[in-house]
Amino acid sequence: MANPFSIHKSTEQGLSVLALEGYLDAHTAPEFEKAVQAEFEAGRVRLVVECSRLNYISSAGLGVFMSFIEEIRAAGGDIKICGLVPKVFQVFDILGFSALFDIVPDLPAAIQRYTEAPVKET
Amino acid sequence: MASMERTFSLHVPSSTENLSMIRDFVKSIGLQSGMGDLEVAKLELAVDEACSNVMEHAYGSDSTKEVSIRATVDDSSVQIEVIDTGKGFDPEAVEQPEVRDLISDKRTGGLGMRLMKSFMDEVHYEMLPGVKNELKMIKRFPRRDAK
Repeated sequence: MANPFSIHKSTEQGLSVLALEGYLDAHTAPEFEKAVQAEFEAGRVRLVVECSRLNYISSAGLGVFMSFIEEIRAAGGDIKICGLVPKVFQVFDILGFSALFDIVPDLPAAIQRYTEAPVKET
Repeated sequence: MASMERTFSLHVPSSTENLSMIRDFVKSIGLQSGMGDLEVAKLELAVDEACSNVMEHAYGSDSTKEVSIRATVDDSSVQIEVIDTGKGFDPEAVEQPEVRDLISDKRTGGLGMRLMKSFMDEVHYEMLPGVKNELKMIKRFPRRDAK
């Protein structure tokens, strides 16, 4: 339909990877929220959100990252964000997400980041 | 030469499933005006945030209501008005806290307003709650005579 959005889940070296595709807005953010909630409840707190096919994000999508990050870090995990295209990156950047989240170029870099800094120091 | 002003309008039911239609409308106007991809993306986002606020807050997710978007383009800027007849709000009362503070307070509100103000050159409101609320945003084009 008009707001195509999908999430592809996989596991890479013990990390839960959520690959987002399409448009993450106020209409589709609840789907992303459910997916992160499911990972958290299953005890999978080392997450990578892969965004190379994410075309769009609004504050509703950003709110999902914000609302889970503290409990996930408290449980010893983190959310690493990778693959942001420039027009999506500029949204994260203008709000200062780079200082609060590990944002890396791609999935291998996210996996590597977990070995260097399992939880981002902010 | 006199500036040629063009106006475009879109009226949609107040439902978030229509946000993509609103973004497509705004995107077409931005591209037709010669804006670059990153600037068009900022325009799309600012309008999406304004309309999401109306749908979720001014109208309380009542899809029988209507959101109107009017775009006026001239040689120097694009002006977008988002119009509703919902309960409105006091824009001065909307905090714009830092993301770090929102996270520690377990809140996410206020981000949309920050994005609108960050990505547009001007944001104004005229509120007559229950009658007509109008949010007006202006994005100026970079000077095109600077060759």
